[in-house]
Amino acid sequence: MTGLTRLSAAEMATLLRDGEVSSVELTQAHLNRIEAVDGAVHAFLQTLPKVALAEAKAADAARAAGEDLPELAGVPIAVKDVLATKGLKTTCGSKILANWIPAYDATVVRKLREARLPVLGKTNMDEFAMGSSTEHSAYGPTHNPWDLERIPGGSGGGSAAAVAAFEAPLALGSDTGGSIRQPAAVTGTVGAKPTYGQVSRYGLVAMASSLDQVGPVARNVLDTALLHALIGGHDPKDMTSLNEPVPPVADAARQGLAGDVKGMRVGIVQELGGRGYQPGVEDRFHEALEVLRHLGAEIETVSCPSFRFALPAYYLIMPSEASSNLARFDAMRYGIRVEPDAGPVTVESVMGATREAGFGPEVKRRVILGTYALSAGYYDAYYGNALKVRTLIQRDFENAWEDVDVLVSPTSPTTAFKLGEKLDDPLAMYLADVATIPSNLAGIPGLSVPCGLAPDGLPVGFQILAPARADAFLYRVGGALEAVLEDQWGGPLLDRAPALPVATEGADQ
Amino acid sequence: MSEPLSFDEAIERFDPVMGIEVHVELNTKTKMFCSCANRFGAPANSQVCPVCLGLPGAMPAVNHKAVESAIRLGLALNCAVAEHSTFARKNYFYPDLSKDYQISQYEDPIDFDGYLDVELADGTVWRVGIERAHMEEDAAKNTHIGGATGRIQGADYTLVDYNRGGTPLVEIVTKPIEGAGSKAPELARAYVAALRELVIALGISDARMEQGSIRADVNLSLRPRAATAAEQAAVPFGKRSETKNVNSLRSIEKTIRYEISRQAGLLATGELVVQETRHWHEDSESTSPGRSKEEADDYRYFPEPDLLPIEPSRAWVESLRRTLPEPPAVRRARLRSEWGFTELEMGDAVNAGAVDLIAATVAAGTSPAGARKWWLGELARTANERGVDLAALPVSAEDVAAVESMISSGRLTDKLARQVLEGVLAGEGSPAAVVSARGLEIVSDHAALLSAIDAALAAQPDIAAKIRGGKVQAIGAIVGAVMKATRGQADAARVRELILERLSS
Repeated sequence: MTGLTRLSAAEMATLLRDGEVSSVELTQAHLNRIEAVDGAVHAFLQTLPKVALAEAKAADAARAAGEDLPELAGVPIAVKDVLATKGLKTTCGSKILANWIPAYDATVVRKLREARLPVLGKTNMDEFAMGSSTEHSAYGPTHNPWDLERIPGGSGGGSAAAVAAFEAPLALGSDTGGSIRQPAAVTGTVGAKPTYGQVSRYGLVAMASSLDQVGPVARNVLDTALLHALIGGHDPKDMTSLNEPVPPVADAARQGLAGDVKGMRVGIVQELGGRGYQPGVEDRFHEALEVLRHLGAEIETVSCPSFRFALPAYYLIMPSEASSNLARFDAMRYGIRVEPDAGPVTVESVMGATREAGFGPEVKRRVILGTYALSAGYYDAYYGNALKVRTLIQRDFENAWEDVDVLVSPTSPTTAFKLGEKLDDPLAMYLADVATIPSNLAGIPGLSVPCGLAPDGLPVGFQILAPARADAFLYRVGGALEAVLEDQWGGPLLDRAPALPVATEGADQ
Repeated sequence: MSEPLSFDEAIERFDPVMGIEVHVELNTKTKMFCSCANRFGAPANSQVCPVCLGLPGAMPAVNHKAVESAIRLGLALNCAVAEHSTFARKNYFYPDLSKDYQISQYEDPIDFDGYLDVELADGTVWRVGIERAHMEEDAAKNTHIGGATGRIQGADYTLVDYNRGGTPLVEIVTKPIEGAGSKAPELARAYVAALRELVIALGISDARMEQGSIRADVNLSLRPRAATAAEQAAVPFGKRSETKNVNSLRSIEKTIRYEISRQAGLLATGELVVQETRHWHEDSESTSPGRSKEEADDYRYFPEPDLLPIEPSRAWVESLRRTLPEPPAVRRARLRSEWGFTELEMGDAVNAGAVDLIAATVAAGTSPAGARKWWLGELARTANERGVDLAALPVSAEDVAAVESMISSGRLTDKLARQVLEGVLAGEGSPAAVVSARGLEIVSDHAALLSAIDAALAAQPDIAAKIRGGKVQAIGAIVGAVMKATRGQADAARVRELILERLSS
């Protein structure tokens, strides 16, 4: 069967349900595709052919036995290596966890297993999810399938590239400041950051606990919604998880795909555009707005004056929490242990030598920043003021929701930049997330959908933000946009991506 | 180095100010933030999970029962219970902290602003102000192997047992305790004793100081003595030392005494007290410096983002208030008066942990004096020999009541009764079972006793004559012979009466 990997997850689910294809066939097709192209893309840190095929076999058996299965049962998936997988190495893209095999599953991973989605492998990421390019992975960067010389975004570049390269129909990501949405934007895929608390964080190795959120990565809006619905819901192991059902995101996606956004009020965030935004990005963004206007949405411009402080506030709150969350990597219980080259071997010297050898420069930069920001005498000026800015940003959103249902902006100011281009300029790198960060600070949901190619031939992302718990709005607007744009393009944007060099003849090629 | 001043001289010249922090381990079934068993004495690292091991990605979830215990303790300490209470992270690197931060409370403790009334030996009552009581998790237990001091410096290696990691703790912090003067050491001890008694009455902790389920850190500073109380209160506090983990009531008193003398010695010779952490040494009865506070960690407290604030409803707090026991001091005074005990007798009962046992024995029908005699006599001695708590002996209040009732009905003598309890303690069954198995019942058969008396009088006619002649004190020899003949199973007083009856007839 050819072309299996190019189907959407929803189409795969239909074929599985109708007995047209088995989960083993689907899984094998994706494993073949990974074999063929991942040498060039490097989306995966680890593939799990045996585990995935065994899970696929079990899914097929369950279906044959007439079990009542969730919609996505049997559809394979990739998992970002920041999520704990029982018995399977979990590195977080860091050398310090080179040998860590978790004794437990993250709640979202448990949900995948229970719903019988075979896990193809663990995807590459910036170390501990710190970065916007996946270049900070201790295991080498991931390459953008649209142009292998370019970054796939970050920190979840592996998950986005895997989906863009048809190595997996679905993937899990995590988004602290844009790590799902910015990679989606630069790889022409779809990614959502759910409302804070809608998806359990239990088993997500924390960077900044008050900002982190697990979310779905896919190639279209409906698939993203289906995965969102599957992983969401209350978890008693995560006290910050919301004790309420996941909103009807798949229904909303279908409603949008049917063109129904009439009367929705869409606000353009004035502060998320203009200087620093690539003209080609802004052009595609404004064309997409016209699509929504034609469908009957009401477009207006909204000002969120505090957003200009979002980036600095984020770079105080996030490293503060990260400095504490990453303290546990101390060589005492798991991970690598490094003894000092010289001097006495003491607890302190081993902790120091291990962290020196095990953490990369970006992690060290943030740990030092955060440690400084929380120190006595500096706390009020840095962490304290950053929390005040966070409140102001939340207020900006609250004010906006009085006038509009959703806010929109380009997901990232630029298309994918070249590997190495911003590696030595952290501040330039940080700006890639300037439009995604405010929603993390406010805990509200966000979605990135493709809205075309810039003149440089690279994908542009369209970001939709909604009030907390109103995740369904994202999918309604995103679905409507996707349906019209794909009509205009004559098919999914990814159809226009160049063919990847193939290492060996895979079964699916 | 200056020599410590004598305690009396130190008190004459300086006014001590104390602050006491007590950590109480709660006896909840599970740990503070996970569902691991909270139990002392299990094999090392057998009660652990991803949460209390701090595995990457694992998250804490608050133990509702621990919050309930903390609120009940706060109410018993006359504290206000916060409407909005938050957890915070206390960050420092140490192998006994699996996450390298401790989840504690910083800005909004669950309980604040209370007091505990503490009675001293002379009957005076001190009101000790409570600054706050907050919840936190205990660290794991480090055992340093090798080296001279048992501390991490100089050790060859360290074993870490994470079973204790994550045990729910409440830390109770006093306000500065001023004006106690020479009574400061006694007050410190009495405060911790009263607190211990309170948590036992609340049933929220095992309160075993020797197992570390109650630990005290004592802060002490001195300031120059002023002429009047008002003037004294205006003198600023001096630099303080904090002596960590003082683990018995006796040591608390001695620590304060020693620190008063030591600091007075420094100040008297113009030296400065260093603000530092110190350790108490039981063997030398002195303290030595730990790390100095100047180089101490900056804990970088910040709100714990993994936990939501605790917001106990007022209705819940009030329903918990209704579960509070009678305050131990009030109960003690009531029982002392009901039982007719002297202060000393009551104090002994409290110190022996016998109050509840005596109360139960009295409830089972024994006189208070009778109950006290057994629990503070024979049984206290046995407990001491076995190195266990009185309450842990395999004898119940009902057993003691049964034995006492057999004495008063004349079926047992005191001496026989001791043998019965010995049997009960040896696991031979109930008092009745021991009496019948060992054949300990008193010889009260009139005819049998009379024949034994007659035989004894006949065997010692000279003594019989002396008694008849008025030398009644000679009767001991006859009584002894009768007791011997009945193998001790006669009531000696009854034998004496019968001999006198026999000789006067």
